[in-house]
Amino acid sequence: MASNQIMFILFSAMIIVFSILTVTSRKILRAAVYLLFVLVSTSGLYFMLNYQFLAAVQLTLYAGGIVVLIIFSILLTSHISQNFESSGWKKNIFSAIAALTGAILAIITILEYGFTASTEAAQQVDMRLIGKSLLSVDYDGYVLPFEVISILLLAAMVAAIVIAKKGAPKKIVLPKLNQE
Amino acid sequence: MLPDIVALNTSPSLSVPWWKVVYDFSSLTEWIDASLHNYMSPFWTSITEMLIIGVLILLFYAVIGLFLVYAERKVCAFMQNRLGPNRVGPFGIFQTIADLFKLLFKELIPIKNADGFLFNLAPFIVIIASFMAIAAIPFAKGLHAIDLNIGVLYVMAVSAMGVIGVLLAGWSSNNKYSLIGAMRSGAQIVSYELSVGLSIITIIILAGSMQLSVIVEAQRDGWFIFKGHIPAFIAFIVFLISSTAETNRGPFDLAEAESELTAGYHTEYSGIKFAFFFLAEYINMFIVASIAATVFLGGWMPFHVGHWEGFNYIMDFIPPFIWYIGKTFFVIFLMMWFKWTFPRLRIDQLLTLEWKYLLPINLVNVLIMAFIVLMGWHF
Repeated sequence: MASNQIMFILFSAMIIVFSILTVTSRKILRAAVYLLFVLVSTSGLYFMLNYQFLAAVQLTLYAGGIVVLIIFSILLTSHISQNFESSGWKKNIFSAIAALTGAILAIITILEYGFTASTEAAQQVDMRLIGKSLLSVDYDGYVLPFEVISILLLAAMVAAIVIAKKGAPKKIVLPKLNQE
Repeated sequence: MLPDIVALNTSPSLSVPWWKVVYDFSSLTEWIDASLHNYMSPFWTSITEMLIIGVLILLFYAVIGLFLVYAERKVCAFMQNRLGPNRVGPFGIFQTIADLFKLLFKELIPIKNADGFLFNLAPFIVIIASFMAIAAIPFAKGLHAIDLNIGVLYVMAVSAMGVIGVLLAGWSSNNKYSLIGAMRSGAQIVSYELSVGLSIITIIILAGSMQLSVIVEAQRDGWFIFKGHIPAFIAFIVFLISSTAETNRGPFDLAEAESELTAGYHTEYSGIKFAFFFLAEYINMFIVASIAATVFLGGWMPFHVGHWEGFNYIMDFIPPFIWYIGKTFFVIFLMMWFKWTFPRLRIDQLLTLEWKYLLPINLVNVLIMAFIVLMGWHF
């Protein structure tokens, strides 16, 4: 067995096990930590494919950004002694059916698709290439999605500021102190 | 089979001076790789190489950690006009080794109402994050464990994971001081991450690459701090400030402000688990300093000035590893100097500094640097 096969099995086993643990854990912060492990193993898969940029972005955005935000909100809202109630058997059955259907659909789609092996050498995706194709207006350029996502992000940020903004400062009337 | 170094050394018709060959570690590593391939299959070769590199980095980690603790105490003593540790060994250099043994023998106190799994996991997350970052740092020519083509981004991504360990430690201790410390540290690291990233982006624009070996090689005729005029210098200062904050060091050490929070997020930790946090803090400082040295001060590249052939020739005599360590320790000394001279900031002052001053300065700075590179005004 080749070394990258072993690594692939290792990473996929980690992803599956920790994904299951994420949804079955009864402690909210442990669930967040298991999610972190899933995301880190995914970035390991990207490193295996030699797509280092995506792997680093996965680490920065998902592991370093989103999981930190999740943990932060848990820190603000939940106490260590809180546990989730275990869900009833009806819920368990229906969510199992939903998950299985999704998995079967995905597996069938993957098996149906005819993958053709390419003989071309693997391309080094460096920063220059990514930057150029991100802002290129050619056939395979990504400038339109890039701009659309930028506007979406801008709208989200403006909305966040509007929500977090305080109203006009009220006149505070200080109660008179007894000075006797 | 002799290493290539010896073979190259004796050949008289060599155009490259001998010291450049000796200082180049790539022939040594290639020789090790080739001779391992002779004995084993490619699979076992890569396993063995990974083990060798892992053990070497672990050793380096421990030695640097011990030395930095000693250096901090000496520098602190120097700033406060004291002697510092001076009893164990000459000039007290074995003091930290004695401290290490003390920490190893201490009892690991279990916490009754804590989340045991997360409580024990947190120090490891912190230490693994710094361990992964150190693998991508170029120590000398060829002395570089992995040379990723997004090296700088990788180091920043991985070292940012340490904050998760800090947050987990604070929460799972079930202690209000730990929780407040962890919250402060989280807010601080997440916001200062931006400034660190943007100040490095300023230099990436100048270098045109994120690969650390390319960045070092591009500084052959002058370090980026000189090549990039004023914007590079501003970026260096911003990087120093924000990376000091990112490593939770004074004057930004609110996460463990002794007077208010006992010890912050590691209040409940004892023995070797505490030592992990302590060690990771110093190693993070080392990583940040070596990124500053690599990106702004040329890494292992000797001090070269444009076309002064004779001067550059003399500078090449000093081994690259010495240059690298010298620059890194210069930056570390600056950071220790900050810690022992400035008073601690309040949390609102800290966030104001980042969001109202450093971030706008940085954004304008990136624009100016892009303009300079576009016009070709840099050296």
